[in-house]
Amino acid sequence: MIDWLPTIIAMVVCLIIIMVRIFIGPGAPTRLVAFDTANTLVVTGLVIVAMMFNHVIFVDVAIVYALLSFAMTLYVAKYIQGDKF
Amino acid sequence: MTALNIVSYVFIGIGLFFNFVGAFGLHRFPDVYTRLHAATKCTTFGSIFLIGAVIVQSAGIWALGETSQSIMCIHSVLALVALLVTNATGAHAMARAAHRSGEKPARAVVDDLEGKKND
Repeated sequence: MIDWLPTIIAMVVCLIIIMVRIFIGPGAPTRLVAFDTANTLVVTGLVIVAMMFNHVIFVDVAIVYALLSFAMTLYVAKYIQGDKF
Repeated sequence: MTALNIVSYVFIGIGLFFNFVGAFGLHRFPDVYTRLHAATKCTTFGSIFLIGAVIVQSAGIWALGETSQSIMCIHSVLALVALLVTNATGAHAMARAAHRSGEKPARAVVDDLEGKKND
């Protein structure tokens, strides 16, 4: 067994760097790109947290989060490019 | 320290390095297309190695006879597959949406997709 706590702390630091871009980013497409990157890191972090606490339920949450964030990305992209729903 | 732990530490090092490269690429590049290029590819590659470290660890515990870790191993592989499929498709959709919303590349001289409807 290895210690996963420094890994998850580094992931949180990485997420904070990305959140700065979400707040200052000019325009909607840049914010969407930064938000999708943050979603990828959240899925990875959930898998690491599952291994750290030895709970399998976090991995299932990560799978559902990945698919739902993909749907969110597609719909916001469709909204940005000006389509009608 | 067993060999599986060394492999896991190497995977964690590679994964964290590429995740930080992706996060800093969001700040260093000038426009939305290059930021998409940096962030999506680097964080996908880093996530492969970070989830790969989890898979190696749980498979090692599974091989020692602890069969409850098999669920962790197989579901981590499923999460990795879901992440790989959705990241590539989502990046394509975001780039097309950014181009159709009128976002120009920084310091671009000519735009080959200008005026085309089905790009």
